[in-house]
Amino acid sequence: MTAAARRRQAWTAWAFTLPFVAVFGLFMLVPLVSSVLMSFTDFRGSDVTTPWAVNVVGLDQYTALFADPAFRRAMLNTGYFVLVGIPLTMAVALALALALNTGITRFRTAFRVGFYTPVVTSVVAVAVVWRFVLQPDGPLNRLLGGLGITGPDWLHSTTWAMPSLIVMAAWRNMGTLLVIFLAGLQALPAEVVEAAAADGAGPWQRFRHVILPLLRPTLLLGAVLISVVYLQFFEEPYVMTRGGPLDATLSATYYTFNQFGFGRYGTASAAAYVLFVVIAAVSVLQFRLLRARE
Amino acid sequence: MTARRVLLHAALIAAAALTVLPFLWMLLGSVKPDSEIRADPAAWLPHTPTLDNYRQWFGALRIGTYFGNSVLVALVTVLGNLLFCSMVGYALAKLRFPGRRLLFGLVMVTLMVPGVVTFVPLFVVVARLGLVDTYAGLILPFLTSPTGVFLMRQYLRSIPDELLEAARIDGAGEFRIFARVVLPLCGPPLATLGILQFLASWNNFLWPLVVAQSQDRYTLPVALSLYSTGEQATDYGLLLAGSVMVITPIVALFIALQRWFVQGVATAGLK
Repeated sequence: MTAAARRRQAWTAWAFTLPFVAVFGLFMLVPLVSSVLMSFTDFRGSDVTTPWAVNVVGLDQYTALFADPAFRRAMLNTGYFVLVGIPLTMAVALALALALNTGITRFRTAFRVGFYTPVVTSVVAVAVVWRFVLQPDGPLNRLLGGLGITGPDWLHSTTWAMPSLIVMAAWRNMGTLLVIFLAGLQALPAEVVEAAAADGAGPWQRFRHVILPLLRPTLLLGAVLISVVYLQFFEEPYVMTRGGPLDATLSATYYTFNQFGFGRYGTASAAAYVLFVVIAAVSVLQFRLLRARE
Repeated sequence: MTARRVLLHAALIAAAALTVLPFLWMLLGSVKPDSEIRADPAAWLPHTPTLDNYRQWFGALRIGTYFGNSVLVALVTVLGNLLFCSMVGYALAKLRFPGRRLLFGLVMVTLMVPGVVTFVPLFVVVARLGLVDTYAGLILPFLTSPTGVFLMRQYLRSIPDELLEAARIDGAGEFRIFARVVLPLCGPPLATLGILQFLASWNNFLWPLVVAQSQDRYTLPVALSLYSTGEQATDYGLLLAGSVMVITPIVALFIALQRWFVQGVATAGLK
């Protein structure tokens, strides 16, 4: 290519990238850098018009954050949600994927559509149904009553509010993992599984010693994807419990949102950054595990 | 073997029922008067079906405005992503220019940045630009996406250079090549990207909750959340009708295009 042609191509390329660079720079890169900077200042909602007049406070926001019982509670709640929610969602999705993969050839698409439907629906909309189901005199407790069990007031109990949200999240997100796991199962070499069966391995042994090890990369991919979503959970407590009762369902993102609402933008940024570091660390850890076993 | 298959089918049908029944109940509940839902919460079929809940939404509650806002925001977001991400994807995949590596590096770095991290300073930027409570404020931050750029770039790399060279020799300019040669080949990734962005925009909640401050700018989820945490929090008939109207368009779209949705998930998984 001649120098003139090369220069012309560079100009064309810049013209092609210009709209993206403008939006990406202003609404992604600037906020990304600002959020670090803001977390070291006492930026408040009233400083929006004069962002350069704020005071640098060093690590004060972070020390105050970890001294705040509500923040510690929010981080613990997030850990609870993730540590119980991810294994539950993955187990249900894997069981359904295995069932669809082994037994069913007809109607497989119909089942997949059914299981995936909650994924495309708004949490705010499905929360209406879930709130109703979980009411003290709602359908769930009537069902339990029929079995002689007195159900709790699920969403107003410090013990039961979080498990209720976890089950709801598992219900809504299992479809994503099901699709990924099903694709993984269908890509497994059929000869290997058949050979194990020919050697007399039962269904459980085949699952435990052949399918599960081969499926490990797919499972870890699913775990990474879903943990990024679960670590940021916000909509479920916002519409179901308002973070209550007594902060029992306050999540890290919800805490950030609340601090933002109070006008404490510096604190909100610091909290968001702590969560970011956790998300990054969890992702790196999961990818390490993925590599180590390959 | 047959007994096992019957058991397997039964288990799958039970699980599918648990997944789908809440939606059926939502639909049936939305045509019941609130008093009926209250009197017998476990009932399925409405005794006195009524469209009052929907009438209320279309009347005093102005659902048309929220619906229009949701559609407008989602459509502009999708179009912006399709156009701008494919342009950048093409430049990154097929053109040589100073800054190419830097740009691709930045896209890769931001691919995994969670929304919560940038949300507070993003609000400050939007407020400084005077875009709070405007359509621009709702749309601009999502008009392009690193995911979209990555998706398009990966796909466009598979287009043979000879095809582009042939067009260049024929004297076509780069813009013409892009519009006439490249874009027509991009059907599959554009479909995937469009669906991913429409879904994300339609269900987006945190950002419109913060930026839309007057009723004229509410999107459907924001409006529904305000009613379901406000005075009408226990008017289930009304809220169920609202929920039906939020999820019907997206579920219809999903069922019509389910192959593409599923491909989108698989692609998002590969990024």
